[in-house]
Amino acid sequence: MNEPKRPESNLENGERRSFLVASAALAGSAVAPGVMLYGIAQAKPAEEAVTNKVRWGMLVDTNKCATGCTDCVTACNTENGLSGKTGPQDSQWIRKVDIKNLQTGAQHTLPMMCQHCEHPPCVDVCPTGASFKRADGIVLVDRHICIGCRYCMMACPYKARSFVHEPLTDQNPEVPRGKGCVESCTFCVQRVDRDQSPACVEACDKAGHKAMVFGDLNNPESDVAKAVKAYATTEVRGDLRLNTGVRYQGI
Amino acid sequence: MARLSSWLRLAALIGAAAVLAAPSFQAAAGADKPKLEHGKGDKCVEDTDFMRRNHMELLKHHRDETVHQGIRTTKYSLKQCVACHASEKTGSVAATKEDFCAACHSYAGVKLDCWDCHATKPMAKQPGQADAQAEVKASPLMPNPQNGGAKQ
Repeated sequence: MNEPKRPESNLENGERRSFLVASAALAGSAVAPGVMLYGIAQAKPAEEAVTNKVRWGMLVDTNKCATGCTDCVTACNTENGLSGKTGPQDSQWIRKVDIKNLQTGAQHTLPMMCQHCEHPPCVDVCPTGASFKRADGIVLVDRHICIGCRYCMMACPYKARSFVHEPLTDQNPEVPRGKGCVESCTFCVQRVDRDQSPACVEACDKAGHKAMVFGDLNNPESDVAKAVKAYATTEVRGDLRLNTGVRYQGI
Repeated sequence: MARLSSWLRLAALIGAAAVLAAPSFQAAAGADKPKLEHGKGDKCVEDTDFMRRNHMELLKHHRDETVHQGIRTTKYSLKQCVACHASEKTGSVAATKEDFCAACHSYAGVKLDCWDCHATKPMAKQPGQADAQAEVKASPLMPNPQNGGAKQ
């Protein structure tokens, strides 16, 4: 009857459009071999949908990551309104992990969070489609669709996801969170969409460690793309061939 | 044929009854409207009548675009609704029954679960410098083998 008038677009259209754009780009590169088409990594206008020209990624240099420093964890908690508690029922989007090679005795400390896989197991198992990968590679939970079954928590090899057990109040207006949903690191998507780095990266830089580099892996001019090209980097559980967006150097 | 026309007549009768009934229904509703605080701003992003009937559609549409496609326009965003409509007394859209959202929704008896997750108050400070929502302490290192197991 009274259908609201609104901009003509829906999810499917958006997907089709991005597919068309992608195939056009492919055709373009086929026509002119040797010419590379690079996406723009700079701030996109608010009305523009994210595209797969960009793939957000992060490189963590474990040699620079300081033992005992938890600035990234604190910054994450503050940005996203987490309690900071580490009990079995508390949300942790990022945690510091100490590792030791028993053979060589080499010790490292590193931040571990959602690895934003290209082929995310959490998305594979989600029965409702709440767990999804955005076109620019950020893996998210749509809390409007999540039913809290927690299959994704089981599927994730990185223990990256948490479930909200208790009702919450006074959330950050930019980071809605509530009881009954699974959640995890979003690469601070609200900040990324306005061309800022995630809170953890900012905190690491501020502390002077500069162990985390964030940027567009598809843009060869970005710091993170240059770094992963220049240095030997590792995916955690690379054997699973998930092509993680977060890579580590020095482990 | 006679049967068809009798059906038509019945349908017309029902239609006429509905048309006649509508104004009286509105008049009854107008007698005791919810009292609500409109917050700041002269007018909404659309007509009041349109918003009254369709705000939920606009919000639902916009939420899907924002979550899945990263479209962050403010015109139909819930955050912007809250920014304008938050009550001057409580600073919220749903703290008391006179606040903007709660007033109509309690009047109409329609439960809404937006505020289970979304903030009912506008942003306090600059983005990224929001107050710590709960007591945030430095998280101690997780020395247990469970976490070490994530890396092999």
